[in-house]
Amino acid sequence: MTKPTHTHTPTHSPSPASSSAASARTDAAPWLSRRRLVHVALLALTLLAPLAAHLLGESYYVNLASRVVLVAMAAVGLNLAIGFGGMISFGHAAYFGLGGYVAGISAYHAFEGSMILGLPGSDNMLVIWLAAVLLCGLLALVIGAVSLRTSGVYFIMITLAFAQMVYYFANSWPAYGGEDGLPIYLRNGLPGVNTRDPLSFFLICFTGLMLAMALVSRLMGSRFGAALTMSRLNATRLATAGISPLPIRLVAFVISAMITGLAGALYADLNGFVSPAMLSWHLSGELMVIVILGGVGRLYGPLAGALLFVMMETLLGGLTEYWQLFLGLVLLGVVLFAKQGVMGWLAGGQQDG
Amino acid sequence: MAERVLSIRHLNKHFGALPATQDVSLDVMAGEIHALIGPNGAGKSTLVAQIAGSLTPDSGEIHLGGHNITALSVARRARLGLGRSFQVSCLADPLSALRNVMIGAQALQGHSFRFWRPVASDARLLAPAHAALARMHLSHRADTPVAALSHGERRQVEMACALVLEPRVLLLDEPMAGLGPEGSSRLTELLEQLKQEVPILLIEHDMDAVFRLADRISVLVAGRVIAHGDGDTIRRDPRVRDAYLGE
Amino acid sequence: MPDVSVSLLIEQLINGLQLGTMLFLMASGLTLVFGVMGLINLAHGSFYMVGAYVTALVTAATGSFLLGLGAGVLAAAAAGAIVELVVIRRLYRRQHLDQVLATFALILVFSEGTRWLFGSSPLWLSPPEALSGSVALPGGSRYPVYRLMIIAVGVGVAAALYLLIAHTRLGMRIRAGESDREMIGALGVNIQRLYTLVFALGAALAGLAGSLVGALQSVQVGMGEPVLILAFVVIVIGGIGSIKGALLGALLVGLVDTLGRALLPALLAQFMPPADAAGTGTALAAMLIYLLMAVILAVKPTGLFAAHD
Repeated sequence: MTKPTHTHTPTHSPSPASSSAASARTDAAPWLSRRRLVHVALLALTLLAPLAAHLLGESYYVNLASRVVLVAMAAVGLNLAIGFGGMISFGHAAYFGLGGYVAGISAYHAFEGSMILGLPGSDNMLVIWLAAVLLCGLLALVIGAVSLRTSGVYFIMITLAFAQMVYYFANSWPAYGGEDGLPIYLRNGLPGVNTRDPLSFFLICFTGLMLAMALVSRLMGSRFGAALTMSRLNATRLATAGISPLPIRLVAFVISAMITGLAGALYADLNGFVSPAMLSWHLSGELMVIVILGGVGRLYGPLAGALLFVMMETLLGGLTEYWQLFLGLVLLGVVLFAKQGVMGWLAGGQQDG
Repeated sequence: MAERVLSIRHLNKHFGALPATQDVSLDVMAGEIHALIGPNGAGKSTLVAQIAGSLTPDSGEIHLGGHNITALSVARRARLGLGRSFQVSCLADPLSALRNVMIGAQALQGHSFRFWRPVASDARLLAPAHAALARMHLSHRADTPVAALSHGERRQVEMACALVLEPRVLLLDEPMAGLGPEGSSRLTELLEQLKQEVPILLIEHDMDAVFRLADRISVLVAGRVIAHGDGDTIRRDPRVRDAYLGE
Repeated sequence: MPDVSVSLLIEQLINGLQLGTMLFLMASGLTLVFGVMGLINLAHGSFYMVGAYVTALVTAATGSFLLGLGAGVLAAAAAGAIVELVVIRRLYRRQHLDQVLATFALILVFSEGTRWLFGSSPLWLSPPEALSGSVALPGGSRYPVYRLMIIAVGVGVAAALYLLIAHTRLGMRIRAGESDREMIGALGVNIQRLYTLVFALGAALAGLAGSLVGALQSVQVGMGEPVLILAFVVIVIGGIGSIKGALLGALLVGLVDTLGRALLPALLAQFMPPADAAGTGTALAAMLIYLLMAVILAVKPTGLFAAHD
């Protein structure tokens, strides 16, 4: 619709950005869009590579695939906070590690036949997962309640500091290994499944990742997701419309911690070991790197990022002991020049467009 | 007997030694447009912020439809019926006009801790949002990202966002700003229609619009209301002429 | 009565002051950069490391700690200037997330680069002969002179920074920059140069801290990281952008952390068997400053002396 030409205010015609933004958003219309293709390709790679490895008898690579998938799952949790929620948490390792310790401590007590705070240990994965999710949620509730009253740089630093608190605590608490960590002697069990088989365990992890992504996707499409998106883009608008940003963010923060915590519980099980390293800020940083590499706020970003990261780790790590130097350089390159991450590069478009 | 919808009593706010709001009292009755005018630096923005809830007054009370909202948050006030538009459009730029308006419809319908049903196909949100946009003659731009809208269109989205809340009172902060004569006259028509449904506290600089629209006018100078009355009274008041001409 | 003698208390108090002044050196640079440029810099700990490494190398080569110290500070400043010119200046307008990532990447580059050049084992650095003695404290124990000197240096730097910020033209530009970045450009101040200078100054302070502490603890890759985190806690407590806040926060953190670690196990031994008390006490003491930070932030979300956002 054209405006009459005698108005004084210049009406500017829709910029090119709007039409490409509009077309990038209609991925519901053409099913076989570029974005969908990329998603399918990523899933296929993630599923088929370990299957192939299994058939070739290379269980090392099946376990590697499990690692990728669990790291991706942890990053899905973080992405909910950072990408979708706009909350730059630099302390998500606290939840990853707590999940791991829940798995480890529970298995330890089950193995020893002793009690924790009046409860027996368990080596049943379902129990462990429930405990991990609940405890990580609780920790995030406490940390979030304090941290989310701050914003910007304060928030980044305070989440980092709280994670450090948990780290130092685990490091000096002697009962569960302290600095040396806690071994998990037997893989925890799931009724009806041989969890010791690498492929079965991989499928458990893969299912977990898919469920996490489905949850996030559903969440972000719901009223809660709409409120969260608005709290990220314009919190004043959200409040003016009648919704308080803080409770929305807190709930998102807690859910994100739960997802990351569950990944941690599985990760500890995979490695048969949990240590304060799972709580370190290096890990928080790595998770953030993975989220950014993959594309912030993109549903498949964490998976793409995790694949890329572990590929670099494996390939570069094979070439030189100092591969992290090159990782740093690549990362600098991405941040300075390729803002939208892998998903932006492969699938085009951007987070809200 | 018109009902008093918004009531501001003896509001005071100081920033250190600077008195920004001094013993301000005014109210908005049902069916009226009450305009608030004053020279730059009079403290209009500070007053608006206190009414909206983003700034806490040092003393005084604000009542909306029988509720004492003085200590309530911005969001709570919105839920109680305070609709507000900003002087500088405050929208989520990457999102469409429709999405910006929908969030208000969502807030109106209760808490947002609903995690399952997709919003994109929810008629209970789409219908009121589309209706609000239609009221503002912006239906054809519903799916356009706000970033791609013209200045005038953005102001229209702002109004739609306030209207979708089914407000008890509208707090409009310089809604005419940046609109050309065409846009201003359309907005003036709209406000005239609206005032029967929802009373308006109108902060404006555009004197034509003010004298045409306002049933009552309060003049704010240096944080105080120095004059109050209908258009003619204000036009003739020497203090008002001094305040505007003598600066 | 707890078995804590007065001399132990005094010793720990001074240790706390020493940690505090070191933290101040780190935190002041960090807070200055944030206050003036609005940038969060995770690689600050790397400058600490650079200072220590260069000091160790030059001291070993020349036999003079003083030369080594000077070289270390200059090297850190130079590293800061280079990093600012090549990387940091592209980040000023970017979001905090990007700044965090880019500076995290810098940590990787610095750490692995250092490891490549010098290996993983620590370098040797010890305090100079002249300062390796000790003095008697009230209460009878002896305290290393070198540590007292560190405190003196910290106080001296605090005073010098105060003079710089309050009484020089550079300081005036820094203060102006803190309150309105857009404006000082309009006023004709060469922003680019100011920023590089401020960044290099911050790096120099970190390098100084690293060099001094390197003689006490070991000089190795990653030495700056624990200190960096503590510095973050300090500036969050003190208020990001406030040097005064950095000083107060640093002293607070230094004292609470040191005294906590020293006294908590002993305190808990009143209620628990000694073995448990030691473990629990150490664990709790490790968490103490974070709890302190949480309490302060609960009351004042922008720290004690919030300079500005």
